[in-house]
Amino acid sequence: MINKSVPNVSEALEGIQNNMTLLLGGFGLCGIPENAIAELVRLKITNLCCISNNAGVDDFGLGLLLQQKQIKKMIASYVGENEEFERQMLSGELDVELIPQGTLAERARAAQAGIPAFFTPAGFGTEIAQGKEVREFNGKMHVLENAFKADFGFIKAWKGDEAGNLIFKGSARNFNPIMCGAAKITVAEVEELVAVGNIDPNEVQVPGIFVQRIFEGTNYEKRIEQPTVRHKT
Amino acid sequence: MPLDKNRIAQRIAQELKNGYFVNLGIGIPTLVANYIPKDINVEFQSENGVLGMGPFPLEGEEDADLINAGKQTITTLLGASFFDSSISFAMIRGKHIDLTVLGAMEVSQTGDIANWKIPGKMVKGMGGAMDLVASAENIIVAMMHTNRKGISKLLKKCTLPLTGVNCVKKIVTELAVLDIGPNGFILRETAPGVSIEEIIQATEGDLTLGEEIREMSF
Repeated sequence: MINKSVPNVSEALEGIQNNMTLLLGGFGLCGIPENAIAELVRLKITNLCCISNNAGVDDFGLGLLLQQKQIKKMIASYVGENEEFERQMLSGELDVELIPQGTLAERARAAQAGIPAFFTPAGFGTEIAQGKEVREFNGKMHVLENAFKADFGFIKAWKGDEAGNLIFKGSARNFNPIMCGAAKITVAEVEELVAVGNIDPNEVQVPGIFVQRIFEGTNYEKRIEQPTVRHKT
Repeated sequence: MPLDKNRIAQRIAQELKNGYFVNLGIGIPTLVANYIPKDINVEFQSENGVLGMGPFPLEGEEDADLINAGKQTITTLLGASFFDSSISFAMIRGKHIDLTVLGAMEVSQTGDIANWKIPGKMVKGMGGAMDLVASAENIIVAMMHTNRKGISKLLKKCTLPLTGVNCVKKIVTELAVLDIGPNGFILRETAPGVSIEEIIQATEGDLTLGEEIREMSF
């Protein structure tokens, strides 16, 4: 067993520097690497390029980095629900690249899988395709998209073992598994870190080979963005 | 009388067929789930990684790890599954989803759709909409026929940045059900009490009358 575990978030982020490109898992506030984000705020790392499906809300998730103006460029598919983000974007302080969600997912997966680029129909005929190679396959037009290149990937999983094997819970899975191994260094934070032997190999969702560092996170808030309930009938 | 949002959703629900896998967008499309005909089984996919989505949870049973694409808390039904975003869009791009319902700011008579950006004013992003419209073969747009100023949203050509081209096949508005054909919009159904003349007035794009125009029934 190759042990990937580190004792805390500070060691997990060793080597992080200004101007780096980061991949961050999560959909909305669901399955985001809360501990890694808090540590980036504490370390005052700036000029970051962040790739994540969303940009958090004003006072949580990536919104915390936006508040401190630590993000120079954001690559995302949807950025509603964040006033500070909108203000920085419209004022030109923040460089924003919006891309289709499936393309974002596949650009991460391609990086993980060593595929430099791929064709997708998403965005053909729109401003997303401007300046990109397009090609016809089976009578339909497609756009060439590149794999992401990133320095660090910050992943949140439910459970993990010292070998870096991961299990996710519910819809907190989202972009996390496909961002593992898609950056030079993948840091996984988990709610429960167990010794090897406590996760059945049949249950592993991401094999530890894609994870360089794993640690047990603390104080998860797991905020719900849109709490919605039905009433008993 | 023009339909309200729930009625629009109810009319779209009549398009559901037994065995369909369905992706519903945010807004009016989400309401379609409230009107599934009793005698059929359909499964709802949420692009953040859920198939077999159920109703909202009861108070006290919300789970932060279980949300839909609108970030609302949800539940799952028997037979449900979770998966990553790449698998989710494999379902979408790979045409495994039978019906996609989404909202729009504008639709053109050639089936172009715009729904993610108003230059200089509002940029929320396309989310999964560009992937959905580029691949889905069965797309229904749920929208209001005109904007708040009374200007038609069914146009010869879209004015806003596009989400996809030549992809919309059917539109349900508060006034009408329309298909898109080789010569533009085709009127198929009118909302109860709405005249064909009103629909013509509210449609900027080329509109032809279907062979048999019926009044919507619920």
